[in-house]
Amino acid sequence: MADHDHDHSHLSDMEIRVRALETLLTEKGYVDPAALDVFIDTYETKIGPRNGARVVARAWADADYRKWLLDDAAAAIATFGFTGRQSEHMVAVENTPDTHNMVVCTLCSCYPWAVLGLPPVWYKAPPYRARAVADPRGVLADFGVSLPETTAIRVWDSTAEVRYLVVPMRPAGTEGWSEEQLAELVTRNAMIGTGLALSPAEAAK
Amino acid sequence: MNGPHDLGGAHGFGPVIAEDNEPVYHADWEKRAFALVMAMGYTGVWHIDTSRHARERTPPAEYLASSYYQIWFTGLKRLLVEHGLVSEAEIVAGKSLSPPASLPIVPAEGLVEKLMADGSYERPAAAPAHFKNGDSVRARVMNPHGHTRLPRYVRGRAGTVAAIRGCHVFPDAHCGSDEEDPRWLYSVSFAAPDVWGPQGRAGDEIHLDLWEPYLETA
Repeated sequence: MADHDHDHSHLSDMEIRVRALETLLTEKGYVDPAALDVFIDTYETKIGPRNGARVVARAWADADYRKWLLDDAAAAIATFGFTGRQSEHMVAVENTPDTHNMVVCTLCSCYPWAVLGLPPVWYKAPPYRARAVADPRGVLADFGVSLPETTAIRVWDSTAEVRYLVVPMRPAGTEGWSEEQLAELVTRNAMIGTGLALSPAEAAK
Repeated sequence: MNGPHDLGGAHGFGPVIAEDNEPVYHADWEKRAFALVMAMGYTGVWHIDTSRHARERTPPAEYLASSYYQIWFTGLKRLLVEHGLVSEAEIVAGKSLSPPASLPIVPAEGLVEKLMADGSYERPAAAPAHFKNGDSVRARVMNPHGHTRLPRYVRGRAGTVAAIRGCHVFPDAHCGSDEEDPRWLYSVSFAAPDVWGPQGRAGDEIHLDLWEPYLETA
């Protein structure tokens, strides 16, 4: 449950203001309303974290693909057709028992759109941007995740146009699973590093 | 600039609260504001660095009290007025009061392909990279009034070059300009205790992508 009280107090006001600006920009001939619908629909229905889940699932299932992904993520991800806006320079970082990776953009909201879609509200809001770099274990606790004492955390602050995809650890008990089955275990948060991949039992719930 | 956007390490914002089954957009105006920002970006009147800086210049109290799409909307209005595409009076009126500028409008047709084809920020290098993997570096102490992607929390801190990302468009020079001034970009690893002192945990690291002008030999 996010804090949307603030949004609600502005809602009607914002609807009026944004509509007024859209009317103005359309009248000026600066925007094509049909193009606006394409932007909206593309990121609502076509590009989202299912893309990234397919990449991770293949990396789990195929050792050669995993190596390629870690060596040259942009090329390995492009084989799925996941390219372009806000994913021009992809780097994949792999979780191990020794190292857990977490991605943030402290300065704005940089996020790998082509593999994860648009970021959730919490990713763009001050609590996460402020604390991910300084208190990553505290942030993980907010998500109900605790790591072993022996696991170090590596936080990636997306300060340039490089975008990061976390490859979570493959859950136990998934030997022989197909890529399609494995992809069901790969959550958005697991690919940001604020969660872990689901266990088969969790996925079955 | 040392603006409200530079949040790394700030205290007092409370826990991260995630929404279950969060929708992509929370209101119709969010969809429209997102699309307007994208469509105007594709006219090429400004680019991503100028656009980020327009959002950063939102006054701190307003920035922190705004949702992210409100910040985007505020930044868009600022860019439109500053580039002479619309006037404040037209924004208030919600209608055109003067002849439009001539812009290359982005059409719906072929737009998805355009999104998928967005290009690289890497450019040919004018000189070899000054640093190599493993070099000890320090993020410079600097407080520019303009746009920068060097967060306050690492300025003056020592780290290690962990990877060379290539020679990339340099936001500090590119913002508000057509000058790309490409510079070498490095992934720099900072040990958490070197950044946060006793509040940083030994073994933990923070990696930032930093351009060569942000760095000096440690």
